[in-house]
Parts: sequence; C-alpha cells; structure tokens
Amino acid sequence: MSELTDLTAAAAAERIRAREIAPAELFEAYRARAAANDLNAYTWVADAPPPDDGSAQAPLAGVPVAVKDLFCTEGVPSQSGSKILEGYRPPYTATVVAKLAQAGAPLLGKTNQDEFAMGSSNENSGFGPVLNPWDRSRVPGGSSGGSAAAVAAGLAPWAIGTDTGGSIRQPAALCGIVGLKPTYGACSRYGMIAFASSLDQAGPLTRDVTDAALILRHTIGRDRHDSTSLEFPGEIALPQAEDLKGIRLGVPEELTGAEGGIEPGVHENYNAIIALAEGLGATVEPCRLEHAPHALSAYYLIAPAEASANLARFDGVRYGLRVDGDADLITMYSRTRNAGFGPEVKRRIMLGTYALSSGYYDAYYGTAQKVRTKIAEDFHTAFERFDFIVTPTSPWTAFELGSKTADPLAMYLNDFMTVPMSLAGIPAISIPSGLSEGLPVGFQLAGPAFSESRLLDAAYALERAIGFDGSEARG
Amino acid sequence: MSPLTPEYEPVIGLEIHVQLSTRTKMFCGCRLSFNDPPNIHTCPTCLGLPGALPVVNARAIHFGIMIGLALGCEIAERSLFHRKNYFYPDLPKGYQISQYDVPLCRGGRLGDVRIHRVHLEEDAAKLNHLGASGRIHGSDRSWVDFNRGGTPLVEIVTEPDLRSPEQAREWPALLRTTLRQLGVSDVNMEEGSLRVDANVSVRPVGSTQLGTKTELKNMNSFRFLERGVRAEISRQIALLERGEPVMQETLHFDPATDTLTPLRSKEEAHDYRYFPEPDLVPVLATEEMLAAARADLPTELPAERAARFETELGLNADTARLFAFRTELGDYFERALAAAGGNGEQREVDPVELSNWIPQLVERIGSDADPAGSNVAPESLATLATMVKAKEVSRDAAREVLTRLVQEGGDPRAIVEREGLGALTAEDDGLGKLIDRALAADPAAVNQVRSGNMKAIGPLVGYVMRETKGRADGGEITRLIRARLGL
Repeated sequence: MSELTDLTAAAAAERIRAREIAPAELFEAYRARAAANDLNAYTWVADAPPPDDGSAQAPLAGVPVAVKDLFCTEGVPSQSGSKILEGYRPPYTATVVAKLAQAGAPLLGKTNQDEFAMGSSNENSGFGPVLNPWDRSRVPGGSSGGSAAAVAAGLAPWAIGTDTGGSIRQPAALCGIVGLKPTYGACSRYGMIAFASSLDQAGPLTRDVTDAALILRHTIGRDRHDSTSLEFPGEIALPQAEDLKGIRLGVPEELTGAEGGIEPGVHENYNAIIALAEGLGATVEPCRLEHAPHALSAYYLIAPAEASANLARFDGVRYGLRVDGDADLITMYSRTRNAGFGPEVKRRIMLGTYALSSGYYDAYYGTAQKVRTKIAEDFHTAFERFDFIVTPTSPWTAFELGSKTADPLAMYLNDFMTVPMSLAGIPAISIPSGLSEGLPVGFQLAGPAFSESRLLDAAYALERAIGFDGSEARG
Repeated sequence: MSPLTPEYEPVIGLEIHVQLSTRTKMFCGCRLSFNDPPNIHTCPTCLGLPGALPVVNARAIHFGIMIGLALGCEIAERSLFHRKNYFYPDLPKGYQISQYDVPLCRGGRLGDVRIHRVHLEEDAAKLNHLGASGRIHGSDRSWVDFNRGGTPLVEIVTEPDLRSPEQAREWPALLRTTLRQLGVSDVNMEEGSLRVDANVSVRPVGSTQLGTKTELKNMNSFRFLERGVRAEISRQIALLERGEPVMQETLHFDPATDTLTPLRSKEEAHDYRYFPEPDLVPVLATEEMLAAARADLPTELPAERAARFETELGLNADTARLFAFRTELGDYFERALAAAGGNGEQREVDPVELSNWIPQLVERIGSDADPAGSNVAPESLATLATMVKAKEVSRDAAREVLTRLVQEGGDPRAIVEREGLGALTAEDDGLGKLIDRALAADPAAVNQVRSGNMKAIGPLVGYVMRETKGRADGGEITRLIRARLGL
C-alpha cells in the first residue's frame, strides 16, 4: 500500500505539503498508468507534468485531475465522445476545469464517455467502450464511465464528470467509488459541451467522500458566463460526522419497491445499509414521492428535446467533421450528421425533435415539464419531514458488455432512481456500499438544494461505518 | 396611374427589425461593428462553439424597455427567451435566441398605428455569396462573417392598421425618428440597422375579414417599401380579378424591376419548435429598471410633438407630422417661433403662417437639406411670415423675397425696401389708378358684378394683380373694387 497511486487525493496532497513527494512525481506516476491503461478510460493523456508553478502551495497541492471529455480544455481534444468532434481542440477552457487548475489540480487527461453524455454503459462512445476494472467483461456505467473507471482503477487520483440523469452517480456505483451530483446551478456549465442544459451538472468522482468535498469546494460558485449558475450559500465544509444521530432518512416506496426491478443482491445491500444507518443513530421511515415513477418518462422527453437543439450546432460549417454535400447545403448537413453521430444520439435527436414539433409540444414537452414540477414539489414536501431520501443508486451491478445494447428501454431503466433528483435539481451522492457477487453496489443519498455539506457529512459517517475496500480494482 | 381600384382595400402590417446601438452583442461581450474585416469580433458564444453559453446584455433590455415605454406598450414584469430552431449557415447554434409567447412589451400605439408587440432577439451572421445571383442558390462559394452575428435586435410588430403604400412609407419614418430620438439605434436602412418586412393583403371595401397575406422582404429603403407594397397590392388585386387565389408566401422584392419573386419554399417551410431557452433565466423588469428607462426617455417624443403642434399651435395634421418626423424642421420652426417673441401669449408671429413658409424654404434648399444650415436665419423667416400676415408684403412677393434670402441671406425688410416689393395698399395712388383702368377695360364684368354675380369680380382682380406683379394682396384688391362700385 505504499504506492503513490493508492493514496486518496487528500492524502496525496498531505504528502506533498509535507514535502514527502513532489507534485511532478505524483503526476508522472498517474500519467504513466493512465497512458498505459487497457480499460480505454482515456481519450487523451497529458504527455508531461505542467511546469512547476508553485501548485504545491495551492489548496489542491498539484494533485492532477482527470476530466470528462465533454469539458472544453484549451488546445486539448474535447470531443464529447463523438466522431463528429474528433480532433476538435477548443480555444477556451471550461470554468470548472479552470477553477480546479487555479486551485492546484492540473489536467491529467480527458476521459472517455458516452457520446454527448447519452448513455448508461459507455458503450455509446464514438471511441469504443470503457471496461469496468472490477471485471473487464462488464461496463463501467455511464455516461461518465471513463472518469469512474479511471478513479476506480487508480489511473487518476480523482476526476470530474457530468450528471444529467445519473451520469456521475450510476458509473460511480458500478465502479465502487464516490460520485456527487451537486445542486443544479452550483457549478458553472460554461465550457461543458451540452447534452440537456436544464439538467447537466458537473461534479466529482472520487475514491472517498472527503475527496469529493474537496473538489466541490473548489468548483462551486456563480460564474458570469453562466446565467443559470448560483452563488453557493456558505462554504463546503470537510466532512467529519462520526454518526447519524438525529438524521431522518426517508425511503421512497415508489423508487425502492418492486417497480424499479432492483436486483436481489442490490436490495439486500440496501437493507443492510439502512440497518447500519439506524445503528449510527438515524431514524428511517417510508416517504412518498408520488410522481417519481413518472420521472423517467418526463426525463426522456425533456432531455432529448433540449439535446435536439443543443446538437444542432454540429452542422459541418465551422468545426468538427464535414462530409461534402456536392455543392448542396442540405446534403452536406445531412451527410455530416449522419456520419458523425452514433445511433443513440440520432435516436434522441429524433425523439426530441418530435416532442417539440408543432401540434405535439403540449402533449409531450409541455406535459413533461408539468410532471417535472410535480416531482420537485414531492421532494420539497418530503424534505419537510426528512433530512435525506435514500435509495440504491442503480437497480443492478455492472452488467456485461453488449447485454443491454439491443434494448434501449432496458438501458434507460438504469436511471430509474437517479433521474428524479436530476429533474428536481437537488444534490445527490452515491457511495460504495459493498459488493454483490464480487461487484460494487452504490447507495444514494439525496438532500434539499444546497444541502451538500450536510449530505457529505452523512455520507462520510456511513462511509466510515461501511469500510468499503476498493483496492481490488486498482490491481 | 394608381394601382388601387376602388373596390379593394389594402391591409398592411409591418415587422420592423432594429439593431440596437449597444456597445456589445446581445449575449456576449463582443463589440458591435460595421464594415470591419470579417470575423474579428467573435468569441465562443457568438460563434456557437461547443460549451459556450449566452448571457443577456442588460443594456439591450434597458433599450427594449425604453422603446416599449415610448410606444406606450405594457412592459412584462417577467419575459422569456426561447430557442427558434432552424438550420442555416448564418445561425451558428442551429437556433436563434428570441422571445416568443412572453415578449418584453405588448400593445401600444405610435401615431395611428397600433403596436402588437416588441421583443428582443439576436441577429444572424452575414452571408456573402460569390457568384452571379448574389444569393445562396447558384452561388459558387459562400462565406460567413460572424461580426454581425449576435447583434441585439428588437422586433416591432404592428397590428394590420396601415391602409396604403404611402402610409407604409410614412409611418416607418415616424418610427425611425422616434427610435433615433431615443438614441437606441442608428436606424440606418442602407447599413441594415433598420429592416422592414411588410405583410400585405387586400379585401373588398367594406369587408371586415382579412384576405390571405403575403410577406414582403428585402425592402431596404422607405421608397422601396412603398413601391414593393404598391406592386404587391396590384399583383393581389389582379389575381383576385382573374378569380385566382392569393397564396400565403414570402416574396423577395427586386427594386430594379419592381417585381416580387417567391423565396424557395425550402427556405421558409419551417416548424421552428420553439421552447424556452434553458441557458437563460427569465428577464425580470424591476421597478428600478422601469424608472431608469423612463429617466432616459426624451422629454417629448415625435408623436407627442406632432400632437402639440396640432392642438396648441393650430398647425394642420400633415404639417404637424412633417415637423415632428423631421426633427430638424420642427427644431427650425420652434427656433423661428421663439425668435419672433417666444411661446407667450404676446406672440408676434402667427404659427400657422410661419409653418407655411418652412416647406417653401425646403423647396428652395433641397428636400433633404437642414434649413438650419441655409442662409435663412430662423428670425428672418419669422419676420417674413409676420410681414405677410400684416399684409406688408403680398404672398407672391414674399416668395420672391424668400428666394433672395436663400441666395444671399440678410433681412427681409431690407430686401423688400431695396427691391420695392412692399405691398400696394389703398393709400397708394398707383393701385387706385390700376383699379380704374381694370373697370374701364371690362365693362361687361362690371355690370355682372353690379347685378350681383360676384364670381365676375375674378377677372378684374386678376388684371390688377398681374399689373402689380403680385405686390398687391388679392383680398385687398377685391375690397377696393367693391368699394369703388359702391357694393
């Protein structure tokens, strides 16, 4: 356990501050592992540590960070997992990445992902699927699968990803690491290649809860480039709770009952964690989220609708792929988009275009927005009685590559328990809660908007009690 | 020949796009420019690069509220931006950010035309086509200049209240003056900062139903606008006369030939799939913002000025509007009025008399010239008008004096004195003798006048006026003749 890459990011930063290791040494250790990785977790890896700019003195002490491909990074490929952006190097850097660099976390590499963040298995990447380090025949989850696999496999000390309907939490669960989706607006979206603007949110994927708190602390805040970003009330405290005394946990029957199709091993683990939480002093009671079962339907109208517009800019005119149209504009558009987008992206563009079409708008997009409001109200009501809502993160553990690709609807069910929080814009965290048949299981806690510090505290107390060991995945 | 047959009435509504003269673009910090080298005022946002986000320009909202207040609109406390989706190379995001069903301003009126709505949006980039047509079809190569892309626009939509091609030229001129006075736009049609599209339909006179309308584009001057609308009215009437229907379509006006050609249906057959722009938050027009906009309004807008000229000074409606729409004429008029004794009760010059002389002046200095730059000082024109009113100089002679003033400047009294252009009055011997000669020369007319046919006095008066070369006033001559005949 003396390997540098076995340290959590916070522990590595501690060593750097104590001058036991140099930032460049740590960077090189990870860079070498990342460059040699056989999980296809990265789409680009830095070839040298950044010049010593005194980052050892910065809050994050020079501990490098892996960044999901869809974050724009100046001069570095930023392709959002899509062939239509193959080789695209943006002229500017996303706010969140710039803030991390400023806080002393330089860019280690860009991680593979489902194309335009559309997927739950990373099999939709234009650059090939990512393998799960716990079992290479299985998926790492998605869409931030590269980030999750890299952190789990010790190819990065920590990473950032984005979560639209579960894209941080679900791969974190399937890879046995921590994943946090902050309150919508907590972190700037500027420079994130958009999937669904009203849902996309950046967040950390880390080995433990403390590391997640550290990344969050340095990425939150109002950004003048993002009108939907918000000033975060207060600071993110480092978690230190040792128990859950006085914490009221709500168990939503609508999500954790039979309807979600939760695997027995996952359900068993969930019940065990509930019992553990009670042992730590929490009170646990059922709660109602009446409209939550409709979340998936609403999500698969709203997200594709926004995506259909967000992806219109990939037209072959200014950047990225262009396939010649024999002097005809429409043919150029059509050939470019046909060649550049994968099947899932095309499916969602068509779904979204249809949902917004004249004559269908009210029935589809309009109704979905009403459902979204109802879901947010349900949470609001629930949080009058409960501190947090708890569910399994995913209905199942990592599944075999190719086992769900033929059935998009089955694939969409991955998000059954993560999508409601996304629609409500509230923070939720997934922590590794044990193994089922040798594969990691995730436990999700969701709190009211801007409750991140309390949420991290509760997750931290549980994490200590669970004592999950993820070293197996680092080989 | 008028294209309007009396059986049909045109119904015209206008959609006016106005580029706001903010310092920066609608949703990013790039500077506004005109005729700069291409693509130097761009950034990730106005190029639609992946990951870039829009941020609303607060100054554009301020200007939008000013326009709304000036047009008497209701300002929405909360308005929304939507995405208007369509593919075109001048639209880098694949959608235009515009306001849709919750615009910044609703209702209102300017002059005799009601305003339907005023909303904010972003301009498209500029396409340049290399090739004979100058349009995208059949061009050899096209390129895009994104300097213009993202320029703040307001779209002002009128109710279909206009009824003639002339009105379609005149009303936008009032709007342009109003916007210019607000200082919110350069309102230059040649440079494209003011663009007017017209929706035109015709219907039988007396009908209250609207006919099928067509949309006319590319009319980049008020004159073209009038011609385009006139041509389209003729075309529609001709169709209806032949028993053929008017098709709802968008037409491109070619000012070189006065013809209208349909835009290819592919260019306009759109379902724009509007939905609320998720990258922006609603625009909240606070009391502070309204107060700030109100404080920036000029004390008197052109429509208010026209009303004041008409009701307080007694000018006829056409002249009042002319002076209000062409602020330089209104300003000159008011300076002349002030020079001649101000606006007090003891006004020395009659405003109506004075107002008649300004078009005369404009006729002599060129219709687009500013009289303030001419040789005629406002007080000189006021003096001339006063002399006419006091019958010190006849109207005909005064026109001659004005011509001299335009040529050499100076004081009208001195010119009248020097040239001997003063009015001949009853006290003048010469006038009495001329009247005697007129009566002697046409005894038949004299007899008719004596027997009560007053119309017969015309030739007698005309004779005297000719002989005095216009120096005597017609009314005065009539009075003198009647007195001479004992009537």
